[in-house]
Amino acid sequence: MNTTKTRPLSRHNGRLSRRIAIFILAAAVLAIAPYVVYPVFLMKALCFALFACAFNLLIGYGGLLSFGHAAFFGSAAYLCGYAARDLGLTPELSVLVGTVGAGLLGYVIGAIAIRRHGIYFAMVTLALAQMVYFFAVQAPLTGGENGMQGIPRGFLFGIIDLNNTMAMYAFVVAVFLIGLAVLHRAVESPFGQTLKAIRDNENRAISLGYDSNRYKHLAFVLSAAIAGLAGATKALVFQLASLTDVHWTMSGEVVLMTLIGGLGTTLGPVVGAIIIVAMQTYLAESGSWVTAIQGATFIVCVLMFREGIVGAVWKLRANERLPEPRE
Amino acid sequence: MTTILGIPMQALLGQILIGLINGAFYALLSLGLAIIFGLLNIINFAHGALYMLGAFAAWLLLNYLGVNYWGALILSPFIVGVLAVAMERYMLRRIYKLDHIYGLLLTFGTALLIEGVFRNQFGVSGLAYPIPAQLQGVQNLGFIFLPNYRAWVLVASLFICFATWFLIEKTRLGSYLRAATENPKLVQAFGINVPLMITLTYAFGVALAALAGVMAAPIYQVSPVMGSNIIIVVFAVVVIGGMGSILGAIVSGFGLGLIEGLTKVFYPEASSTVIFVVMAIVLLVKPTGLFGRAE
Amino acid sequence: MLDTHCEKRLRIEGLNAFYGDSHVLHGIDLHVERGELVTLLGRNGAGKTTTLRAIMGLVERRGDIRFDGADLSRLPPHKIARFGIGYVPEERGIFSSLDVTENLLLPPTIKPGGMTIEEIYTLFPNLKERAGSQGTKLSGGEQQMLAMARILRTGADFLLLDEVTEGLAPVIIEQIGIAIGLLKERGFTILLVEQNFPFASRIADRHYVVENGRVVDMVAKDDLNDPGVAERLHSFLGV
Repeated sequence: MNTTKTRPLSRHNGRLSRRIAIFILAAAVLAIAPYVVYPVFLMKALCFALFACAFNLLIGYGGLLSFGHAAFFGSAAYLCGYAARDLGLTPELSVLVGTVGAGLLGYVIGAIAIRRHGIYFAMVTLALAQMVYFFAVQAPLTGGENGMQGIPRGFLFGIIDLNNTMAMYAFVVAVFLIGLAVLHRAVESPFGQTLKAIRDNENRAISLGYDSNRYKHLAFVLSAAIAGLAGATKALVFQLASLTDVHWTMSGEVVLMTLIGGLGTTLGPVVGAIIIVAMQTYLAESGSWVTAIQGATFIVCVLMFREGIVGAVWKLRANERLPEPRE
Repeated sequence: MTTILGIPMQALLGQILIGLINGAFYALLSLGLAIIFGLLNIINFAHGALYMLGAFAAWLLLNYLGVNYWGALILSPFIVGVLAVAMERYMLRRIYKLDHIYGLLLTFGTALLIEGVFRNQFGVSGLAYPIPAQLQGVQNLGFIFLPNYRAWVLVASLFICFATWFLIEKTRLGSYLRAATENPKLVQAFGINVPLMITLTYAFGVALAALAGVMAAPIYQVSPVMGSNIIIVVFAVVVIGGMGSILGAIVSGFGLGLIEGLTKVFYPEASSTVIFVVMAIVLLVKPTGLFGRAE
Repeated sequence: MLDTHCEKRLRIEGLNAFYGDSHVLHGIDLHVERGELVTLLGRNGAGKTTTLRAIMGLVERRGDIRFDGADLSRLPPHKIARFGIGYVPEERGIFSSLDVTENLLLPPTIKPGGMTIEEIYTLFPNLKERAGSQGTKLSGGEQQMLAMARILRTGADFLLLDEVTEGLAPVIIEQIGIAIGLLKERGFTILLVEQNFPFASRIADRHYVVENGRVVDMVAKDDLNDPGVAERLHSFLGV
């Protein structure tokens, strides 16, 4: 995909200091934000931002468009809810249960899906996720249409009461940063470089001796696990896991978030998630117009704004970039 | 009463019939998807929404203009086909040179837009569409009561599938389509207006979906979500059959409908997931699909 | 501007062509007169095939392309074909999902006066025997004959032939040479891309030498005997 290539942040020496500056700025924003914006909104946005970053690992660095990521997000939410409510585990362990569960599910679904490429991969992931959805509809554990309600936030490490909004917020921020760090580490590692090589030219990577399916599978599992981490955390925030979390519309939403922000950019999914969550929050009362507006946004993005917001910013800054090939 | 493996014959045959009816819709939809994919290289995610639109067009024609079922059978695919022409001209045409993924995203957005607008207007609960007078009633075949309308759907869809297959595989027009699927530029260099052909092919595939929607209207409720419910199953059907062949799309459509129907008899809990399980197995055994060629 | 010299069927001036970002033709100038057989010679990658594709409108191009006085440079391929231009691509373009007869009948008639199927089978007897076979099951030579045969039916009287002898056995090349000779006698105008200089020199009226996307030399048939000209050609073609 020619439009999803990641561009290195910067090639000159100020790289490290700039990163530190960005980190400090981000930390400051996250610290001040709950005093300015409704914390639940922030927590939701952070969960979805992490979810979108996990999705972006596959599309941006692996060239794989998963249309079934709700399966991991949603099943992790259920597993976390089950662990916290029915097994009485502490929140950090419950989140871990959800994450590992999503990773295992990702292992199975990934093993099947990576057998196809391109749009087939998208269709296969969509179909397998729909299977998970039907399973969630029928399984007694999930509470069916009513969802799994009353998930306790509990005491972090058995000590810190997460019913305190600020404590919960801090927990979500920590989870978000850990998830992001893991993804970032993966992308920067030799593993991430190989993944990019496979994305750009799979046959060449194979001829160089890389087992491309193994790399793609591993990326899939990692992406699924982090998506699960986001879903599990979301279940604690809202104390609810529901069919919405596993539905294909959720898979579509995460695609849209990443697309708006910029496929394959580091910050794009975060920006896109904030925009979509904000849009949902403000449009909540207009009911089903949300779906139509999301659809229209998809159309506009694909036709006119394929590089996304962050991609567009990069483009403006890198003025040496060539114009897109004429159509 | 006769039983097979402890299942009453009546129930078994009844589910087989329902399975075949569902299969008829899978076949019509995956046929359209395969034709469109062949020439446009786009997986038309909006196919389900356009099927829904076909059903709604029939309902609106009946309730606002008094056009009956038979009129809707012609008019509705035509109306939705015209919409498809506009979609191809103003949207799809702009992304042919991009990665195929964008085609999927664009048509997904279109599906959300259409479904969202209709959900806003009509809610999610279904609207009833009456069975046309000529097709009411039931035939007693001795071993099963066969509703006339269902028999009609089965016969009509088989005929449409056969006619489409014949059109593509055995006629001159079809040879243009097959050739353009392989090498559109060369076909255009022979003097054939390939851009127009692409538009009409998309419209034809979509019209098939709308036609399926009209036929489905009296069986299922006419509802804004009827499209998204079926399209994911049809995607699985397409993955199982492989995109390569017209006949493959038809056979896998009917076949999987049948399998789904049988599952409802023997293991009802799995009936909504069985097609996905079949898909997973097929992918493990023959990744290109049963009738597919290598990518 | 109307072409004053009405016998010039094709006149190209300053033709540039592009594949995405790469600029392949840098101002090709050439013309072909009615009934002429002209070849484009040159090394691999010189721009010969691209010139034909640019005439057909199959690549992005700029420049003046006049055919029988009409401007082709802004038309899409299917309208260009309708002027009576038949194209045989380098890769032959036989369709695997069509049988031989379907391949033969595929290009629509664009002008009256095309050859009948019988005449085509007389020209290429092998094709008659293979009528029911799948297009790509044919041998290379048969595929080449089919690729030529199918545009003779349509009434096109200006042929763009791309490397019709490539990879074929001498016997088959001989047969194709005879067929091209017959077409010329029937009044077809032909622009032929050819790597096989001995073959080209036997049948063509004039030769253009293409290098780096430009025409660098033009040699008429009668000048080929001139030792100076022959040497010049050899240095261009590296034969």
